Amino acid sequence: MDKNKFKSVTRRELLKLTPVIALGAFAVPKLREPLLKAGLGFSDWASGLMFRSGHLATTFENAELTPFEKFPINGYDVEDPEVDLDKWRLNVTGAVQKRGEYTLAQIQSFPKQMQNTRHVCVEGWDVIGNFGGTRLSDFLKSVGADTTARFLTMQCADDYYESLDMATALHPQTLLCYEMYGQPITRKHGAPVRLNIPTKVGYKQAKYLTDLKVTNVLDKVGYWEDQGYSEFYGL
Amino acid sequence: MATQAISVEDARTGEITEAVYEHPFIVRICHWVNAVALFVMVGSGMQIFRAFPSFGAKIPQHDLLNWPKAFAIGGWLGGALQWHLTFMWIYMASGLVYLGYQVVSGNYKQVLFTPRDIPGLWPMIRHYFFFGPKPPATEAYNALQKQAYTSAVILGILSVLTGFAVWKPMQFSWLAAMMGGFHWARILHFIVMWATLAFLFGHVVMVVLHGWNNFVSMLVGWKKDPEYPVE
Repeated sequence: MDKNKFKSVTRRELLKLTPVIALGAFAVPKLREPLLKAGLGFSDWASGLMFRSGHLATTFENAELTPFEKFPINGYDVEDPEVDLDKWRLNVTGAVQKRGEYTLAQIQSFPKQMQNTRHVCVEGWDVIGNFGGTRLSDFLKSVGADTTARFLTMQCADDYYESLDMATALHPQTLLCYEMYGQPITRKHGAPVRLNIPTKVGYKQAKYLTDLKVTNVLDKVGYWEDQGYSEFYGL
Repeated sequence: MATQAISVEDARTGEITEAVYEHPFIVRICHWVNAVALFVMVGSGMQIFRAFPSFGAKIPQHDLLNWPKAFAIGGWLGGALQWHLTFMWIYMASGLVYLGYQVVSGNYKQVLFTPRDIPGLWPMIRHYFFFGPKPPATEAYNALQKQAYTSAVILGILSVLTGFAVWKPMQFSWLAAMMGGFHWARILHFIVMWATLAFLFGHVVMVVLHGWNNFVSMLVGWKKDPEYPVE
């Protein structure tokens, strides 16, 4: 083979690598956002497939619990939205047969589930906590929620808002949590009721719940999700 | 390993040089896609780490290191997670296609480190690090190269496994448990990254030392004037 022919062979081989340049699309500001949104959406879709409704999150012995005072408090603006606990009601709306306002006593009338589970923050830290509450699935069934609906949306006393896929809402470890470490949940941890979802990252586990809605459409996903966090973030 | 070898005749001088087809197309494209993906995974991973640069407790928090934002990708935690959760698929895809091709084509035989390469390790180490004589090159990859590239593949697999244990510690609780739980999986994921960077450092140094023809071979597949005899 003479040198010129060799040159054309190697040039052709080099040109075959041009598809790699397509990755440069991520460097173009206009394309970057939709591409990353699609990538995150793909990850969320895959996460939904990986979620197994009957698979339980790991539970721990009491000796493995993180001491209560070392359980971090993460509020997005205020640590204590000063909920009037005596007048507090959970407002349930959407695709449910018994819409209305539910008292803490009504929520506590279901069998109490206690669990030592790992709480994982999107930032990377984790603690093992003790949580007690009503299975969200028990509550949803009793209010006649349409469990074929896709989502639950939550409003909180501090204007935080969240949403949850129905499969996770019905998971046996997903709790309307009103106790931590055997005591009524403190104001800073989300009194009187927060979500405890061992199969979700922390920001999905909304505190100081005020409203619960069963729906098929999400106008807004969640406080952090609407700024770019993953919608599903299942652990 | 049956490499394709040809003689190249310079039309002007009539000089004849040898060339071998060293890197098949699939290997080359996977190499460069993986290089881009690894760059993004490390950069965005460090930005994610910046959100909690510690492996201890949250209360009290003791930071391990303050990684400069200039060497991170994504700008903030949410942005970095978007990059990380997008490029991990590209990273895994390039790895899977590469491994699949290597196995199916048999091309792995030229680069997989096996026990029979062990005797060749020490002479290469002595040559590179202790000014020993250069052992004669008999094949495309010497024993130390095979060890390095095989280790890199193992590190790639470990980065995916530890990554899944961090991302899905509940769905893959068996995987997280193998690593000692989510907390340890996160530590291991970080260690695997540094080990990969250590490989990358050695890899780039060697590429620089071995000159242009060697570098070009990962672009065009053909290597001119190979340092080993061709059949």
